[in-house]
Amino acid sequence: MHKGYAIELANVVKRFGEVAAVDHVTLQIHDGEFFSLLGPSGCGKTTTLRMIAGFEYPSGGELMIHGRPMATVPPHHRPVNTVFQSYALFPHMTVAQNVAFGLKMKRVPRAELGARVQAALDMVRLAGFAERYPRQMSGGQQQRVALARALVNQPEVLLLDEPLGALDQKLRKEMQLELKSLQHRVGITFIFVTHDQEEALTMSDRIAVMNQGKVLQVGTPTEIYERPTCKFVADFIGETNFIEGTVVEQSDEYATIQTPDGLQLRGYTPRPVNLGEAATLSLRPEKARLVLPSHARPEDAFTMPVHVEMITYIGSDTRITVRLNERRTLDVWEQNTLSTLDRNAYWQPGEAAVLVCPPANALVLTE
Amino acid sequence: MIEAQPQNKRAQRAASWWPRFNSGALTWGRLTLTLHAFLMYLFLYGPIFVLVVFSFTRDEFGVRWTGFTLEWYVRMFANDRLMGAAGNTLYVAFVSTVVSTIFGTLLALAMERHRFRGRTGVDAVIYLPVVIPEIAMAVSLLAFSALVLEFIRVVTGEVVRRSLVTVIIGHIAFSISFVTIVVRASLKHFDRRLEEAARDLGANSWQTFWRITFPMILPGILGGALLAFTLSLDNFIISLFLSGPGTSLLPVEVYNKVRRAVTPEINAISTLMLAVSITLVVLSQLVQRRR
Repeated sequence: MHKGYAIELANVVKRFGEVAAVDHVTLQIHDGEFFSLLGPSGCGKTTTLRMIAGFEYPSGGELMIHGRPMATVPPHHRPVNTVFQSYALFPHMTVAQNVAFGLKMKRVPRAELGARVQAALDMVRLAGFAERYPRQMSGGQQQRVALARALVNQPEVLLLDEPLGALDQKLRKEMQLELKSLQHRVGITFIFVTHDQEEALTMSDRIAVMNQGKVLQVGTPTEIYERPTCKFVADFIGETNFIEGTVVEQSDEYATIQTPDGLQLRGYTPRPVNLGEAATLSLRPEKARLVLPSHARPEDAFTMPVHVEMITYIGSDTRITVRLNERRTLDVWEQNTLSTLDRNAYWQPGEAAVLVCPPANALVLTE
Repeated sequence: MIEAQPQNKRAQRAASWWPRFNSGALTWGRLTLTLHAFLMYLFLYGPIFVLVVFSFTRDEFGVRWTGFTLEWYVRMFANDRLMGAAGNTLYVAFVSTVVSTIFGTLLALAMERHRFRGRTGVDAVIYLPVVIPEIAMAVSLLAFSALVLEFIRVVTGEVVRRSLVTVIIGHIAFSISFVTIVVRASLKHFDRRLEEAARDLGANSWQTFWRITFPMILPGILGGALLAFTLSLDNFIISLFLSGPGTSLLPVEVYNKVRRAVTPEINAISTLMLAVSITLVVLSQLVQRRR
């Protein structure tokens, strides 16, 4: 049907005064994709979304929707619809009137309009709520009205600006799955803005991680989590331990860094590094293991003698904080695969241990 | 015994305006606070109560209660001069309200929505008619109208006198400020995302204004209009200064009558004006609460 990308941004810049809120962003979003813009607040993700919606015009660069240049087309002439963070439902209109608004603006005939509004409400499971006013509905229901109001127009792309932000944890999880299945059913490209990394990992086909107006990495949830290409992404997505050092050995896709203490640690390099360069080893807490000093084997990429400091039992996992030296502690998570009440089955504070990790599980990253 | 408790609670709720003695000892603080409140209300509404009561007395001087009558109301409605003044007053109030509501709303929209050269200046000047003494406003309007009328005479040779038109212009001059203040307040609460949502759903700026913005701020606009109407109805000083010969307005007419003698007829007119003002104020409160 459409050739190329649903949305294409090429070197898009948005300046507010001196500040570049969006700084040379280039993105290609496929047709039918669930694409997330993920980053901390102020990273430019919402501004990027608002430029696609047409509420802001780029200061520079090219923005295309299905190959048509859209940079300065006003919002009411764009084939996209938005679900707002605050829902922005019209309080003086009923649910049905809210949903019908977009169709009325397009002068859809009355008979067709009624049927489409009904179908949209059915889709979000709000069939009996047509005559209610938004204020008479719960947050989750309002959220679904906002979805129906946008989807009833059959947009080429649906833009979602942190739509789950105001919901409580449980409802949020439900809506994540519901949104995902809805997207499968309607087959419309979704662009989803969020600062919640777990949410992005759960729902997205691909994620763009943004910080300070720049896109740092674009990839599938697995790529973003397992192979972050920079320190920021490794830190922002999930949890990790960082150990700083200098690159002392480099081969193919692996490199070894040496810490100031003289420890040599080997890990995978998603991006090439140079000898002598300052680098950081990123080690996810669930990817390392603690073994008794007598059990350390030479085939492990590195072994670090540590002391167990604190143990937190959280049911599925045991989270252990170990001390490497005076300045640094590391976190290691062990899955509780054994069902026992025996205290000796777990580590004890003060115990000496060795932290081991195969090289593929650790990453050597530069800034 | 089991049912006694909720009943007791209901009784407490019913008398919630009365100090709660049961939840603690009767303190001097509570007693003086209650006394203070009674005195305040007496001070504020006592005279008005007297006025209303004495508009129904048979006593010719309206200072003693000698029995109930509606005679003064009948006389008032039969008084052509008074009714003419009332007609003028309503006419002035209506025209000045319509004009000042339109301009006040436009001004409020401009102030809230746009950054333009001189915005800070306008912002400062906009509240001036609200805070400066009314007499100063009246004198300045009088001087200005004299200047303009003289200018018209020199240019066209026509002699134009002060009339209801000058009164209307004067009332518009101060009403715009009040309308602007009220409408701006309702715009401050207005979520601009609603406008973005409308644009996003395919509405152009014109459709967005009439279908979203206007219905949302309508209570504010109506509130402003009712306020302007009330202020115009009972305005005295500016009306006195700007009206011409033979174009008397109700408050001025009442004043003229009082100078001669206080009759229950005056009480009747005042009661009626009071009733209209209160109705309008209550109406404006209700309309604004509806949002």
